[in-house]
Amino acid sequence: MTDYTFAYLDEQTKRMIRRALLKAVAIPGYQVPFASREMPMPYGWGTGGVQVTAACLTPEDVLKVIDQGADDTTNAVSIRKFFQRTAGVETTEHTAEATLIQTRHRIPETPLTEAQILVYQVPIPEPLRFLEPREVETRRMHALEDYGLMHVKLYEDIARHGAIATAYAYPVKVEGRYVMDPSPIPKFDNPKLSDSPALQLFGAGREQRIYALPPYTTVVSLDFEDHPFAPTKADHACAICGADGSYLDEVIIDDAGGRMFVCSDTDFCASRRTATGEPADA
Amino acid sequence: MEALSLQGGFADPARDAARAFRAVLNALARPGVIEAVTGAQPPAPMSVAAGVVLLTLADPTTPLWLAPSHDLPALRDWIAFHTGAPLVGPQQAAFALGRWDALQPLDRFAPGTPDYPDRSATLIVDVPALEPATHRLTGPGIRDAATLRLPGDEALRLNAGRFPLGLDLFLCAGDRLAGLPRTVKAEAL
Repeated sequence: MTDYTFAYLDEQTKRMIRRALLKAVAIPGYQVPFASREMPMPYGWGTGGVQVTAACLTPEDVLKVIDQGADDTTNAVSIRKFFQRTAGVETTEHTAEATLIQTRHRIPETPLTEAQILVYQVPIPEPLRFLEPREVETRRMHALEDYGLMHVKLYEDIARHGAIATAYAYPVKVEGRYVMDPSPIPKFDNPKLSDSPALQLFGAGREQRIYALPPYTTVVSLDFEDHPFAPTKADHACAICGADGSYLDEVIIDDAGGRMFVCSDTDFCASRRTATGEPADA
Repeated sequence: MEALSLQGGFADPARDAARAFRAVLNALARPGVIEAVTGAQPPAPMSVAAGVVLLTLADPTTPLWLAPSHDLPALRDWIAFHTGAPLVGPQQAAFALGRWDALQPLDRFAPGTPDYPDRSATLIVDVPALEPATHRLTGPGIRDAATLRLPGDEALRLNAGRFPLGLDLFLCAGDRLAGLPRTVKAEAL
């Protein structure tokens, strides 16, 4: 591969992103500003994740890209092809074989290892943004550890709905200091953020922020003593592989209200079927 | 400038820097882990590992301070040619390079601000050895506890106590390096 510099970005851009990544690792949960570049894909398609991945990739890496758990959707396929072309790295759909996984809004069901890095695509990195639109104010709130507004928001959920209604992008507190948006992963995935053996990196391209969770970092989902945090999923088993502990997508199958629930993690579902002797592409 | 200053950089900048950064990232994300790196041949007394860190992270946008131990013409020339990093005083430095005693006192470096704790200096410290371990480390990135040979005690304790402000360190010996983010709590063994 000689048509592109390795992993697309020029070296000075990669150094800038790498310095931001190191500060992000040193201050877990704090959003480091970085000079996000235009990428050859639209904002909202993972430009932040792509830049973080480009800055971290080595020629020896095995890359996996998932979109809502699936390896075969447009976003995942196009990012995977992008790095095949510009970095010449090996790619895989199997979580266990990957050394670097870029994800949009899911954490794989298969437990991650110390040899892996998980890169999240983040649309709005600021957990307080919908409560306080001014950047100057939210930055000061993080500096003063003033997170009362977030608890008021969760309390209002309880007052209105009887329970905390936030189902995705559920706010977390990192090492007892910074409140962080875990990107729009379902809150089912929140427990996997804490004490993960893998390094977790978050990139928001449009908003120009990078943040990180080092391995074995304590991450607590915000809650109240009388309304403790509970991860939720659809109350079904997967209609294809029968798994009853994985996160499920609801699929409409006709126009008479018929629907089915299937694993959102396509690799997890396929490997379960392979293990039981069923054809994986059924 | 001597011809020697023109040598000793990355042979294949994109790939060498990519591999070096993964080692540097892993070292900082997992304090206590010692990573071996290659690709730089800086003039003495800078170690290979310190040279690799500079080539990977420093460029004309990162002010650098050379501690007296490393403020030598050959080193200045090598850094100027390979990174282009402007040399400044310790207060303005994004990176500082030197031996542990030459870098003291640490409170002259930028620790970041409450609003922007990332605007803090990173110290690249040339130490004689990373082993045998003298301290027990705990904090983010460490499963239960890790061990490492640290050059100092009190200065690092003060640094960790300023979180989220603080300095981040890379300890370099020969071609090996270890990371010491501000989050690490160290106690003597």
